[in-house]
Amino acid sequence: MTAPLLEVDDLHTTFRTPRGAMRAVDGVSLSLAAGETLGIVGESGSGKSVLGRTIMGLITNGPTTEVTGSVRLAGVDVHGVKPAGRRELWGTTVAMVFQDPMTSLNPVKRVGLHLTESLRLHKGLSKGAARERAVELLRQVGIPEPARRAGQYPHELSGGMRQRVVIAMALACDPQLLIADEPTTALDVTVQKQILDLLQSLAERLHMATILVSHDLGTVAGRTDRVAVMYAGRVAESAGTDAVFGTPRHPYSQALIESIPSIESRPHSLLATIEGSPPNMLAPPAGCRFAARCRYAVDRCRVEAPALEPRGAAAGSVVACHFPLTAPLHHQHQEVGA
Amino acid sequence: MTRKLALRVGELVLVLLIVSLGVFSLMALLPGDPAVAILGAGQPPEAYADLREQLGLDEPTFSRYLDWLVSAAQGDLGRSVVPPQSEVVDRIVSALPVSLQIAVMGLVMAMLIAVPVAMWSAYHEGGMVDRLISAGTFALLSVPSFLAGLLLIMLVVDGTGWFPRSEWVRLGEGDLLGNLHHAFLPALTVALAELAMFARVLRGDLITTLREDFILAARAKGMPPLRVLFSDALRPSSFSLVTLMGLSLGRLIGSTVIVEYLFSLPGMGSLVVNAANQGDFPMVQGAVLVIAVLYVLINAGIDLSYGYLDPRTRRAHV
Ligand SMILES: Nc1ncnc2c1ncn2[C@@H]1O[C@H](COP(=O)(O)OP(=O)(O)O)[C@@H](O)[C@H]1O
Ligand code: SF4
Ligand SMILES: [Mg+2]
Repeated sequence: MTAPLLEVDDLHTTFRTPRGAMRAVDGVSLSLAAGETLGIVGESGSGKSVLGRTIMGLITNGPTTEVTGSVRLAGVDVHGVKPAGRRELWGTTVAMVFQDPMTSLNPVKRVGLHLTESLRLHKGLSKGAARERAVELLRQVGIPEPARRAGQYPHELSGGMRQRVVIAMALACDPQLLIADEPTTALDVTVQKQILDLLQSLAERLHMATILVSHDLGTVAGRTDRVAVMYAGRVAESAGTDAVFGTPRHPYSQALIESIPSIESRPHSLLATIEGSPPNMLAPPAGCRFAARCRYAVDRCRVEAPALEPRGAAAGSVVACHFPLTAPLHHQHQEVGA
Repeated sequence: MTRKLALRVGELVLVLLIVSLGVFSLMALLPGDPAVAILGAGQPPEAYADLREQLGLDEPTFSRYLDWLVSAAQGDLGRSVVPPQSEVVDRIVSALPVSLQIAVMGLVMAMLIAVPVAMWSAYHEGGMVDRLISAGTFALLSVPSFLAGLLLIMLVVDGTGWFPRSEWVRLGEGDLLGNLHHAFLPALTVALAELAMFARVLRGDLITTLREDFILAARAKGMPPLRVLFSDALRPSSFSLVTLMGLSLGRLIGSTVIVEYLFSLPGMGSLVVNAANQGDFPMVQGAVLVIAVLYVLINAGIDLSYGYLDPRTRRAHV
């Protein structure tokens, strides 16, 4: 068996802030094979973006940041190499699609230049060849009249079109791994599905490994091979996507699934939202981080942190809970007036 | 598009008219009676009256303004009333290039220093060098420009003899090197006075820009840091800087008097000050008009440049 494309081992990202150490990512391990897709799901603030950026090396050790543990990407120790070595990975081995297409394109640069500059840098293409390739990429991501669009400025495009440009930009130099950090959160509902479908079909066609980050478990449903559910800087549960939806083993996964609006539910149905709020990561609790909000919590949970272990389930499936759930989940929504 | 352009030009003409009116009425603000200033005190009253008539001062103010304006529009600003009564335009044509050169060279030098300094500072925000630079620019801000000039003269002109102190060499009279040699220190004095503000303003705007997502996106594409700074961060960060530069250029053309005095430069500042002291009202009016018109035009140019700096404003402007 060959080494996986991505191996993250006990990764910690801590920000030194005036109020103390902010442990945004607090011991995450995961691995991804070439061409595989992984969903990372968790509430806002659970450390998904910081994890994605630390995996890529955009966040690394610095005056106010401490990264420990390791990230190996295509055989390169991302946090061990010199900055120039990291930059060689960016665009070519790993690329990122950001959350807000309104802000992730430079307002003073034409759409085409966003693509041609990396083509010229990484692939050494001539001006003309880069322009041709850029138009081709724009066509690939479903932008009509790509040649004309290439000459426009970002503000002349709609949000959905801009996100397509951002995707084209990420694909420009054929990365082996694409990290899409909430690529549809800032978009209209009608456009969200189109963008997710596009990402999925591109990943399959280009045999590109993908990490799809979302605060909404519904987004990754049916789109990724595996899901890692994140809570307060740690992985709560990681398993095949179908397994997580069918038999969630972590109470937090269960709660997340219950909060997905289902198609059958009436417009006025009340979603089961998760009560309470995530722990303060400046001073995380000693035991299980979910204990304060967990309906199954007992005294042991509050003192002893559960390790991320298989606990009897199929290989590749791990959960961080002392009392993993076993029964399949029945979708239940309370309905107003029902 | 053409309508907007026409509107804009109309606006500019209106501003220039108001400016000219203001400049013309300056004469009323000049101390004393021009006739007395020119002839000296103790002459018979008829002599003053004759001179006033000769100068056209006895006509109604508004018709004098119109006459002056029409001639000015044709490039005639009248004659100096002080011997040798030279053409005002000739004197301006000889003084303006000196001031323009010092101002432009000074600003270019200020930019050459301020831009890299601001970039370094912003890129390493909060670091040791950033804090040193911030302290340095703050100190520089509080140094009056003549002090910098005096220090430069003492240290460099008198101390080393590398730079000449007097005998300005005109631009375009063959000796370009000699001209630059002379212009260097006065321009540096101007640069020292301006660069601190430039660096501080640009640093602040760069820090804001560097936090933008599109900077992270550019880095994530593997663009080298210097490339990201120059090609992604600088342009969106340069609005305030460009505005400030336009204001500085307009201001400097007429107000480098102190620097002109220190380095014996025959520029616009000394021209205006000398003329004002001698009650030479056509000279003051002409020189101030030229300075004011340049100021207005420069800032109109700056306005236009916003469209280049940010394509999003293009529809709103012209
Ligand atoms: N540069 C930083 N300095 C300090 N705290 C940060 C920094 N970046 C992110 N954080 C904090 O880390 C936590 C995780 O953030 P993030 O990864 O953006 O969450 P998510 O993407 O899951 O919504 C948040 O509490 C956030 O405030
Ligand atoms: S360890 Fe205890 S508190 Fe934590 S999720 Fe499991 S049951 Fe709930
Ligand atoms: Mg995020």
